[in-house]
Amino acid sequence: MGMEEIFTASVFASAIRLATPYIFAALGETFAQRSGVLNLGVDGIMLMGAFSGFYAVYVAQQAETMSEPVSLLFGVVVALIVGGLMGLAMAFVSVTLKAKQGISGIGVFLFGFGLSELLFQQWVGTPKSIQGFHRIDFPILTDLPIVGEIFFHHNLLVYVAFALVPVSAFVLNRTTFGLMIRAVGQNPEAADAMGVSVARVRYATTIIGGIMAGLAGASLSIALIKLFQQNLTAGQGFIAVALVYFGGWRPWAVAAGAMLFSFVNALQLQIKVIDAAIPSEFAVMAPYVITIIALIFASKRQEQPTALTKPYERGE
Amino acid sequence: MSSNLLPTGHEPIHQLDMTGIVKRFPGVLAADRIDFDVKSGEIHALLGENGAGKSTLMKMLYGLYHPDAGAIRINGEETTIRNPQDAIQHGIGMIHQHFMLVPSLTVAENIALGMKSSRGLRLDLDVVSKRVVELSEIYNLKVDPDYPIWQLAVGEQQRVEILRALYKGAALLILDEPTAVLTPQEVDGLFNILNQLADDGHALVFISHKLHEVLEISHRVTVLRDGRRVNSIPTSEATRPKLAEMMVGRPVLLEYDKNPAEVKDERLILSGVSAFSNRGTVGLDNVSLRLRGGEIVGVAGVSGNGQQELAQCIAGLRETTAGQVIVDGSDVTNAQPSALNAIGLSYIPEERMIDGVIKEFTVAENYVLQDHGHPKFTRGKIFMLFNKIRDACRQAIEAFEIKTPSTETLVKSLSGGNIQKLVLARELSRDPGVLIAAQPTRGVDIGATEYIHQRLLYERDKGTAILLISEDLDEIRALSDRIAVMYEGQIVGEVENVDVDVEQLGLLMTGGGRVA
Repeated sequence: MGMEEIFTASVFASAIRLATPYIFAALGETFAQRSGVLNLGVDGIMLMGAFSGFYAVYVAQQAETMSEPVSLLFGVVVALIVGGLMGLAMAFVSVTLKAKQGISGIGVFLFGFGLSELLFQQWVGTPKSIQGFHRIDFPILTDLPIVGEIFFHHNLLVYVAFALVPVSAFVLNRTTFGLMIRAVGQNPEAADAMGVSVARVRYATTIIGGIMAGLAGASLSIALIKLFQQNLTAGQGFIAVALVYFGGWRPWAVAAGAMLFSFVNALQLQIKVIDAAIPSEFAVMAPYVITIIALIFASKRQEQPTALTKPYERGE
Repeated sequence: MSSNLLPTGHEPIHQLDMTGIVKRFPGVLAADRIDFDVKSGEIHALLGENGAGKSTLMKMLYGLYHPDAGAIRINGEETTIRNPQDAIQHGIGMIHQHFMLVPSLTVAENIALGMKSSRGLRLDLDVVSKRVVELSEIYNLKVDPDYPIWQLAVGEQQRVEILRALYKGAALLILDEPTAVLTPQEVDGLFNILNQLADDGHALVFISHKLHEVLEISHRVTVLRDGRRVNSIPTSEATRPKLAEMMVGRPVLLEYDKNPAEVKDERLILSGVSAFSNRGTVGLDNVSLRLRGGEIVGVAGVSGNGQQELAQCIAGLRETTAGQVIVDGSDVTNAQPSALNAIGLSYIPEERMIDGVIKEFTVAENYVLQDHGHPKFTRGKIFMLFNKIRDACRQAIEAFEIKTPSTETLVKSLSGGNIQKLVLARELSRDPGVLIAAQPTRGVDIGATEYIHQRLLYERDKGTAILLISEDLDEIRALSDRIAVMYEGQIVGEVENVDVDVEQLGLLMTGGGRVA
């Protein structure tokens, strides 16, 4: 088996596609964690986003009241709203009620996991396919050899995800809102004393995290796989949480981690396709093992939000 | 009026009055009809024990708490201060005891935090930096706006806090125990700044429990006790004993009659002890020290220069990477705490709420934390004899004058001074040969401090070797027979405690006395 059989252009292209949900979810989680909220419920929110987005598109396309692009946009908006509401729930429990974030996050995950499955059984029943996002054809670029296949054979959401990386970095590092997020995550007492509402900032970031997780789910169910089934995300939301640590809470590094992870994933799929001598179970394990090893060696950074998981209470 | 503006260009606060301020917390009347006022150009000291209500009163002025009754008037106009932003808008700034700075952010970012940017949503750090440089020139407060806070010394961080308040237009500055973390030199620097601010027309409130500082810096002093105002007097009419009596409610011993030390055999020997700090850097670097029975050796130094590591190495709570610790002739390097207890070493830890007691446990349970397996408290080393434990604890409560409703009260509901007395009672119950006392009176009221100090002197006279680690130079000088100064993990000087020059100690504490 030659290297050229494994490292094909399609492997690179699929790595980019596979990275999309991770980038959405992990960037959103970066905002939440930077402000001190560890949302472990990302996977549950992704499942709800995936189901609600899928279902909205499915209903709209069945009824034939909307054109296809409008139905897709409708699905995305529904997923954003559902994700935002779940983020709001997480914020209410962990900021207002000051519950332990680890536990409330698991609660949000289980809620999303169970409800998405239940609604799917009740309203859809068997896996149905929809017309999802298509690849965008760019003049000339798409037809380029190799480069075209790797970079210009993707659907809209892939480009949105990658565009959000510099946007997130800019918001965190160059805006007043970003400064408040960083301060609240490191020293909420100081932020409070400077007139920054710790609760408001944490609500905002947790809801942003929810919206992005909803979008991550929708990118799976209406762009990447184009269907919904039980536990569609298969733990991708948890990987996204780990990627935030892996990237040291910096958007660019988080995205790079998502790319690395997806690349290993894509390779693993390719090895399965060409039936190489490596047992496929090893190939499935590889991305997770690599992530754990990388996390072990990820050093403590200045960016680490020291108030992560700690509810804020004024004046002890 | 323009000629009367502050150097920052803001209006001064000519007169601020707080009248009849009441604040209740669950179970406590934290402020009971307190009157307080401060004028432009004045440094008004607010003096009192921990829990007297000083910080509570000022937090109401800064909008962090809201008074249940009473009025605040600024220049005669009644004002409601709902939150810190309101306070800032009215020209009130506060320098907190624990600095309200975000360590990973730069000076400019910390100052920009919570303020409107001139560019809308985008940060305008260059504009902020420029103004910071301007202000630091006007007030002679040198600070580089691009430095991250964690790289600054404590004194510099405090300057950032003051600059930030001025930047936001503070005409009145509240300083909450501003000297607690400073070296003597830094205190001098701060006092110069405060005097200049007052001369420029700012109004200053100086919260403290240190008498000599209040006498040195303030124009007027108001004493609070148990949430009430005792009195307000011009500082020129105040003396240390008078202020101490107002604070505590009874005459207090401020200086102790020390018997000359009767030194006996060496009981604690450290030779070449080294250890890592929590951050993995060098925490202790080749420290050697010898203590005889019957003497108190004080370890002075700025917080974070290895004092904590020193105490922990001796107490068996940190790995000694090189060197030897010898207690009463036995090598106890890296011995377990239980073995150290058995050999007669007692330890009063710096963080009493974390390392000293289990705050959700009762007084009696905390009293036997180490000795719960002792034959006198158990049957067959398994079943605890609670009656015996309670009896022993009751005796300790009486002997050490611990104020607690019962032996079954949870420790977390006691005051700091009483918790520390409980720790002291427990540690002294074994009649130790060597006692390590780390910050034994930090956050403890004057009354309990007086008691703890006398108890330490009593133990010394009994022949115990005491290592007193403290950041409070007054405490070190009042009790020690010898003083060792630590800087960057090393002992940089050791002097007999007779006619010690504070300036010299201060220099040693900042590394100035080290031979290059």
